[in-house]
Amino acid sequence: MSTHEKTVAELAAGLRNKEFSSVELAKLYLDRAEASQPTLNAFVSVTRDVALAAAAEADRRIAEGKAGPLTGIPIAHKDIFCTEGIRTTCGSKMLDNFVAPYDATVVTKLKEAGCVMIGKTNMDEFAMGSSNETSYYGPVRNPWDTSMVPGGSSGGSAAAVAARVVPAATATDTGGSIRQPAALCGVTGLKPTYGRVSRYGMIAFASSLDQGGVIAASAEDAALVLGAMAGFDPRDSTSVDRPVPDYVAALNRPVKGLRIGLLKEFFEKGLDPEVEKRIREALDVYQKLGAELHEVSLPSLPLSVPTYYVVAPAECSSNLARFDGVRFGHRAGNAKDLMELYCRSRGEGFGAEVKRRIMTGTYVLSAGYYDAYYLQAQKVRQLINKDFERAFGEVDVLMGPTTPTPAFPLGAKTSDPITMYLNDIYTIGANLAGLPAMSVPCGFVGKLPVGLQIVGPHFGEEKILGAAHAYQKETDWHRRLPDGFK
Amino acid sequence: MSEWETVIGLEIHAQLSTKSKIFSGSSTAYGAAPNAQANLVDLGYPGVLPVLNAEAVRYAVKFGLAIGATVSRTSVFARKNYFYPDLPKGYQISQYELPIVARGKLEIVLDDGSKKVIGITRAHLEEDAGKSLHEGLPGASGIDLNRAGTPLIEIVSEPDMRSAKEAVAYMKKVHTLVRYLDICDGNMQEGSFRCDANVSVRKKGSEKFGTRAEIKNLNSFRFVEKAINYEVERQIDILESGGKVVQETRLYDPDKGETRSMRSKEEANDYRYFPDPDLLPVVLDDAFLESVRKSLPELPDQKAARFSSEYGLSAYDAGVLTSSRELAAYYEEVAKEVSSDPKLAANWVMGELAAALNKEALEIGESRLSSAALAKLLKRIQDKTISGKIAKEVFEAMWATGKDADAIIEEKGLRQITDTSAIEKAIDEVMAKNPSQLADYRAGKDKLFGFFVGQVMKATGGKANPAQLNELLKKKLAP
Repeated sequence: MSTHEKTVAELAAGLRNKEFSSVELAKLYLDRAEASQPTLNAFVSVTRDVALAAAAEADRRIAEGKAGPLTGIPIAHKDIFCTEGIRTTCGSKMLDNFVAPYDATVVTKLKEAGCVMIGKTNMDEFAMGSSNETSYYGPVRNPWDTSMVPGGSSGGSAAAVAARVVPAATATDTGGSIRQPAALCGVTGLKPTYGRVSRYGMIAFASSLDQGGVIAASAEDAALVLGAMAGFDPRDSTSVDRPVPDYVAALNRPVKGLRIGLLKEFFEKGLDPEVEKRIREALDVYQKLGAELHEVSLPSLPLSVPTYYVVAPAECSSNLARFDGVRFGHRAGNAKDLMELYCRSRGEGFGAEVKRRIMTGTYVLSAGYYDAYYLQAQKVRQLINKDFERAFGEVDVLMGPTTPTPAFPLGAKTSDPITMYLNDIYTIGANLAGLPAMSVPCGFVGKLPVGLQIVGPHFGEEKILGAAHAYQKETDWHRRLPDGFK
Repeated sequence: MSEWETVIGLEIHAQLSTKSKIFSGSSTAYGAAPNAQANLVDLGYPGVLPVLNAEAVRYAVKFGLAIGATVSRTSVFARKNYFYPDLPKGYQISQYELPIVARGKLEIVLDDGSKKVIGITRAHLEEDAGKSLHEGLPGASGIDLNRAGTPLIEIVSEPDMRSAKEAVAYMKKVHTLVRYLDICDGNMQEGSFRCDANVSVRKKGSEKFGTRAEIKNLNSFRFVEKAINYEVERQIDILESGGKVVQETRLYDPDKGETRSMRSKEEANDYRYFPDPDLLPVVLDDAFLESVRKSLPELPDQKAARFSSEYGLSAYDAGVLTSSRELAAYYEEVAKEVSSDPKLAANWVMGELAAALNKEALEIGESRLSSAALAKLLKRIQDKTISGKIAKEVFEAMWATGKDADAIIEEKGLRQITDTSAIEKAIDEVMAKNPSQLADYRAGKDKLFGFFVGQVMKATGGKANPAQLNELLKKKLAP
């Protein structure tokens, strides 16, 4: 097995056994990342000098016997996480010149765990998009077929891990932005429970939905990285003060007797029959392992897309007000007065999709519309919450497809926002309810990967990681690499 | 008598005197170099998040309990969205639908001595904005975000006031209260305590309110009174000449003594309030409320009532002496020392001491005379070492030199003459020198008694004990 094919867990073992040094690993992945740029465009920045310095430090710690399970492991951060002294663009022209003066909590924690950052990954502008085509830095391409989108908004992180130009990457998920690109790129993505991972330093899109997580090759790797990222942060009032369990230790939970709920609404119209076949095959594996399958219905779930497209834009319209050209970010030149400075800085700095959502959000919060849209959406959100709660009274985890179709061609949906939004139809529910959810590779349609989604109850990360790991012990979809990156 | 009735409601902004800001760890101290006290949270940097200062919540609860209001078990922070350079996030974190304090009241005393209750609709927590600076920056504007994020409570009254005087009395009452509670320094020049006044007029007897104007940012009691009076005149003039008052925001110009339009309702912002998803609802339990209740000091009204009953003071005197916690404490220290005559203590604190403080524009805390020093002086009146009149002279010397009363009495030889024979000797001399007046007095011109008192006092350098002198003089002058 080539080094780059190894999982994080295997790389960590290799570092401990002195098969290679952290500096060697960093160089390997930096070279792969740089070489992949013309094809994939998965990075906004590749941080070679910073990476090599951190890797040398990691090697010292390993030599001193002070290494933890992630010491010396290369990682990439989605360019939504602030990194001190390193440009943080959020995929936007607005922040093209923005160098954060501080590290996000997630960045700090992974640094402390010994991870070596090799770069910042490309993403949809301000995490708004499902195809990575809204990035100011150009679209990311799917390593399985470069004429296809990688999904979004964490398209750079998913593509980079799929091509093993980095073994793992951080990502964020507001409506499916970890799981959808993970599914489309054939990698393992984990969105934790809302409040499990600090949002401090993660540039906000929709504060009540945003959650940081990880994209990796396997559930085991996701467990390793999540363990280092998670935890209460006094700087984030919405982070939850609750001990972080040993996720790796939870991986080997038996699947026998696991009650799996199949979401009826996920297998209805709109689901590609080939995708459905891969999902059913995956469920067969669980059945063979002794899990029970139950059909469950979440009647309010079909309302999740319209609900999401009220709540998320509303919060975004307010969160993005700080980008006014006054203190940081893009500032229009030669403005005659304050109003022109605002209008032109924002007009020039934001892309079309971001503007669309700011306008939608402004509208739904306006006097006279608030009750009909924002308030109504909050009520539906409560209903969706209750539906999930009821379902988790009957089953341990929920399963279904992550996306209705495999990856679609670049440009196919850019002119039709509604069709694009419907891509997140299966993922949005978990965000509205704040639930932990994963996407796990479960086969291919043609040469394009398909993702199985596993949703757990609040703080049920151990359950879904255990279920994902059990499946990955039986299958090797997660070990496949796209041609050209083997 | 005017046929118009004035209706006033106040929105008072009181800066809470917490050490750090409401959602960040920056200092709230006044007067630092621009932006020296603005961290990444105050600057609204990408990715940063607010964390609520628990002390600010405690202060707001103190206020709520002190005005007998309902303190909400659950209150919610909301975002008030608008663009302005001194508002870094593009929204102000405030409270909207669920404020922390609702439905309280305060009692004010009117000119005629009668009392009036002013309703307080709500008081909510919010963050202050920064300041835009224009002076000394030709062609540009500067922004100072030191104040951004300073905790405020906005205290919204019912439209219960009917004159500028009532509005000032209410504002003073709130001012006294927040300082008693030690939740706001009350410094109006620095903007720690300021208000917006909603003013309208209506025909007497009308139930419907007139259209109101909101006068923004009044930062002195005098301005409040002047601005409201000007605004009332302006509105009455408009209505009497057949016009209509426009609902708008106005600014008071203290130099010109007038209000002028800032923006009309049509241009008003739609603030698009919604609950701030970065902050959890503030949930308070009984134990917390009880602990705050126990920490409340004696409140101004309670203290005034006690002063009346304990020290036998009039309602007016008790009101004056309790107008600040420091003054009340000073008075009580003096009164306890001269316990047989608390009225004497009241007269001196409100008389000589207040005058001396006023003359130099000093606060009671800055008094040159400690309460103990003043008490010592009053004791010398009580034990007849000096007369009240001489005491004023001693007071002045104490104020000027900082020396203690006894030292000055000795130094200046002001000790009162209480030796009967010495006073009698002085009387005899005066009588011998003024035979014609003596004759007139004895012939029935009683008024001349005062003349003799004055002459004897003069002869004794004012040191004769006045009561003794009176008694002896009467005897001696008797035919």
